[in-house]
Amino acid sequence: MGVNLPEADVPQANIDELLPKKFQRQTPACLPEISEPEVIRHFVNLSTLNYHVDKGFYPLGSCTMKYNPKINEETQALPGFGSLHPHQPDSSVQGALELLQEIGEYLCEIGGLQGITLQPAAGAHGELTGLMLIRAYHDAKGKRRKYILVPDSAHGTNPASTSISGYQPLQIKSNEQGLVDLEQLRTYMNEDVAALMLTNPNTLGIFESQISEIAGIVHEAGALMYMDGANMNALLGIVRPGDLGFDVLHFNLHKTFSTPHGGGGPGAGPVAVSGKMIDFLPQPCIKKNDDGFSFDYGRSDSIGKMSTFYGNFSIIVRAFTYIRMLGARGLREVSEGAIINANYLLSLVKDYYDLPYKLTPMHEFVLSGERQLEYGVKTLDIAKRLLDFGFHAPTVYFPLIVHEALMIEPTETESKAAIESFADAMILIAKEAEEKPQVLHEAPTTTPVSRLDEAMAARELNIRYLFSDK
Amino acid sequence: MQVPGKLLYTEEHEWISIEGDVATVGISEYAQGELGDVVFIELPKVGTTVKQMESFGTIEAVKAVSDLFAPVSGEIVEVNSVLNDAPETVNKSPYKEGWMLRIRMSDPEEAKQLMDADTYKEKIS
Repeated sequence: MGVNLPEADVPQANIDELLPKKFQRQTPACLPEISEPEVIRHFVNLSTLNYHVDKGFYPLGSCTMKYNPKINEETQALPGFGSLHPHQPDSSVQGALELLQEIGEYLCEIGGLQGITLQPAAGAHGELTGLMLIRAYHDAKGKRRKYILVPDSAHGTNPASTSISGYQPLQIKSNEQGLVDLEQLRTYMNEDVAALMLTNPNTLGIFESQISEIAGIVHEAGALMYMDGANMNALLGIVRPGDLGFDVLHFNLHKTFSTPHGGGGPGAGPVAVSGKMIDFLPQPCIKKNDDGFSFDYGRSDSIGKMSTFYGNFSIIVRAFTYIRMLGARGLREVSEGAIINANYLLSLVKDYYDLPYKLTPMHEFVLSGERQLEYGVKTLDIAKRLLDFGFHAPTVYFPLIVHEALMIEPTETESKAAIESFADAMILIAKEAEEKPQVLHEAPTTTPVSRLDEAMAARELNIRYLFSDK
Repeated sequence: MQVPGKLLYTEEHEWISIEGDVATVGISEYAQGELGDVVFIELPKVGTTVKQMESFGTIEAVKAVSDLFAPVSGEIVEVNSVLNDAPETVNKSPYKEGWMLRIRMSDPEEAKQLMDADTYKEKIS
């Protein structure tokens, strides 16, 4: 469809030699047969219906939907990066290996940790890698532990990765302030606990101020501290997780380091570790010697390979570009800007919505739509109404500890004007909830499609293409 | 909000009704309202044994996925197969057609630890 396949530049084999006749199709595949301009129009039209951060404000909490600088695209497309073949000999990709080595050093410095793997292809993949490292660490100590402690405010991926890795998650309650309940942590901590998995700042956007005490309790029992780095956008150049006592940290390059995000990414979830865990890192890693850089497979205690080749290389090039463009001071300003923007936005809307956890947030905050619920307006209605004003909705109904949650993260790349205009919409919606709630129930009305039936979409999944003449 | 008086309730919003040594299990009207439209329910097989307040399955709504907890210990003797194809029955009729399991109780005394309707009403108000 809409494409001319080039002449094959390798010898063509006869299909009958490759696949027995009975497994071959007897009729031509039923594919849409259309011309190149028709294909182009199809995708261009779809792209105009799409909402993205290049089009408008995207305050999707926990996702850090910041602007992705276009220079990232230029550098990753340089032939020395973009045209590499993964099977090229090390000697012909020295620049690429050096880049991997350097970004590893930068991320270790940012995290305050000593070793890193760039292989994981997403945040949850990083979590799995980190948990496998934790298991390898305990196994080497001679005791396989059973449990991973996870706060009730955690990202759903934390308990999910825990289960996938063979550990059992145990939930720790948050206290009234939204912080880890130390009493319960002490009660649950014993020699069967392998690690505590913590997001800091947590999903309420609040910095875990008792972190030193938490690390003390965890380490005293011989367990490890895992940090979900989803919210690293609040900490760059301000606090290093390693200095707070964390042993393992995954980064989300697609959040904090401005690589494309959403719609399949692809992402990248590098995992940094403290010195005592370096021996277990996935291999190959990058080694530097007199002849230059090479892939090193010589780590005998390694957990093995976590991804084909060396992770999502072009994503890593984008993140490298971002770090080098900003430098150390610029990265700190990123986090300062993210914190200022979130707190400014909160100050504008806080009189109109409930704020169940009152501690000053960092780069994001979580409101509750409980007040609006009294008028029969759900958080879902508020989120849908925001679409009518041309905004992407915030994250809703997460974290689970907040009833009717609206989780808002403006990021540092938004202007004061953009934040104020979003706040105006939120305030107007709060008034509509009181005065004419039916407007919210019917929203959105200005979007390409109106309110979708999400339950039916999940129950009756049917996305098969229907040919008009069949 | 309906909270039938003859049922017993858990902290996690399951209800049971007891007939002889068999307990029928479902989730409360409050729970289905909080979850929103239910799209999938994963239940165990008949013959499985469950322990009190351990997870016996999951319920998936548009908003979130939650664990389901066994109000009492015992052997599962019947599963509501209607929920495979029509999970929304839990939204429409949480106390009747939307029941989930029947458990032959191994220790009927356990039911004493559950809440009566008045206590549960207070909890969710």
